[in-house]
Amino acid sequence: MAIVRLRGQLEKLAGSAEHPIEGATVSELLEELERSNPALEGWILDERGVIRRHINVFVNGEQAEPDTAVGADDRIEILPAISGG
Amino acid sequence: MTELLVGTRKGLFVLEGDPGAEFALKTRAFEGEPVEYAMREPQSGRYFASVTSPFYGPRIWFTDDDPAGEWQPAAGVALPKGGDQALKRIWEIVASEDASRLYAGGDPGVLFESRDGGETWELNRALWEHPTRPAWRSDSGGLSVHSILPWPGDPDRLAVGISAAGVWLTEDGGKTWRHGNGGILADYLPEQAQGKSIALCVHGLARARERPERLFMQFHGGVYRSDDAGQTWTDIAAGLPSDFGFPVVLDPADPDSAYVIPVTTSDRLTPDGRVEVWQTRDAGTTWSACDDGLPQQDAYLSILRKCFDGAGEGPGLELYFGATSGEIFGSADAGASWFAAAKRLPSVQSVRVARLGGSR
Repeated sequence: MAIVRLRGQLEKLAGSAEHPIEGATVSELLEELERSNPALEGWILDERGVIRRHINVFVNGEQAEPDTAVGADDRIEILPAISGG
Repeated sequence: MTELLVGTRKGLFVLEGDPGAEFALKTRAFEGEPVEYAMREPQSGRYFASVTSPFYGPRIWFTDDDPAGEWQPAAGVALPKGGDQALKRIWEIVASEDASRLYAGGDPGVLFESRDGGETWELNRALWEHPTRPAWRSDSGGLSVHSILPWPGDPDRLAVGISAAGVWLTEDGGKTWRHGNGGILADYLPEQAQGKSIALCVHGLARARERPERLFMQFHGGVYRSDDAGQTWTDIAAGLPSDFGFPVVLDPADPDSAYVIPVTTSDRLTPDGRVEVWQTRDAGTTWSACDDGLPQQDAYLSILRKCFDGAGEGPGLELYFGATSGEIFGSADAGASWFAAAKRLPSVQSVRVARLGGSR
């Protein structure tokens, strides 16, 4: 299983930083992450199932898209984007 | 001592003070995040804040007794999953008179209700699935349920104002809705569409506590009064320097009273660089300026729709309004004189007076 690493508010909501999650793509993995951690529902994906605009997902350090493939040993980081002003 | 909850583009500011002098900062919360609205439910004392995180989306948060303490996210403040829309913002949170129900209105034209003190919320499906919804229109602020008026003593009766979908009324607790737009004229619509279109840009609504069938409305070009619970409306803008504005506040003791803050149609700023609150005490027949203590030269303020509130009633009515330039002005004598309660806050998105014991 891939390991999803959360930080900050998301880590606090989920109760821990690292979560082993099954999923063939980033989208599938995030949906499963929310299913297995109901407190996260709506925080990463909006009601349409779209990754929120200022959330970045990295797979093994590379910025990923919803359809990016995820392998069993991959490390996924979910981070707030650069924002502000 | 008066407590003000000021939602800003950079967090919630809780101010405390005695009218007449600048208020002290009691605490901050949600630092750096847009706080669209904050209120304190008077019966329980619970604080609520609507926060639109740039990262995690819109959410309602609550905390008991101490706004400097830990805030909890409320559950259920979302649109149905799998649809083609996402919740964008919560504009207002309001309690019924007995606090048995809480309502929250937001964008895109949605109303939520809570019956457990605001911990969980449910979407009002009848309004969400209303067959006229395809004719509703967004204004520059979105498609917003921004004014929610419970009926004193009857939590099943409710009026809501939507930009831009007019006034909606329910008498069965939100199971069915009808619109109450009779008499409203929109100068942005062609003559043939007047009285037919429901794309009506209500800016603010208020209900008279002592005569609940009386409502006042600040419209997108027009100030109106209804004496039949929001079914039909009479234009009462004659005598105001501009019929454009956003919020409207009433004196709860006087159903003939209303306060508005006129701004220009062209740029939505206080006219001629003068800040004036205008009041009527005869249900809109005549209006007079309340400007003693307010800036009267080179003061071009933008006062948004949730940035004006009152507490108490009668001659001691307290009034407070905030501007996007970060100032808060207050009055402790029903508008007769004004003072600066805060001068250097971030852009103000909402102002609410926090009162306990059932009074606002």
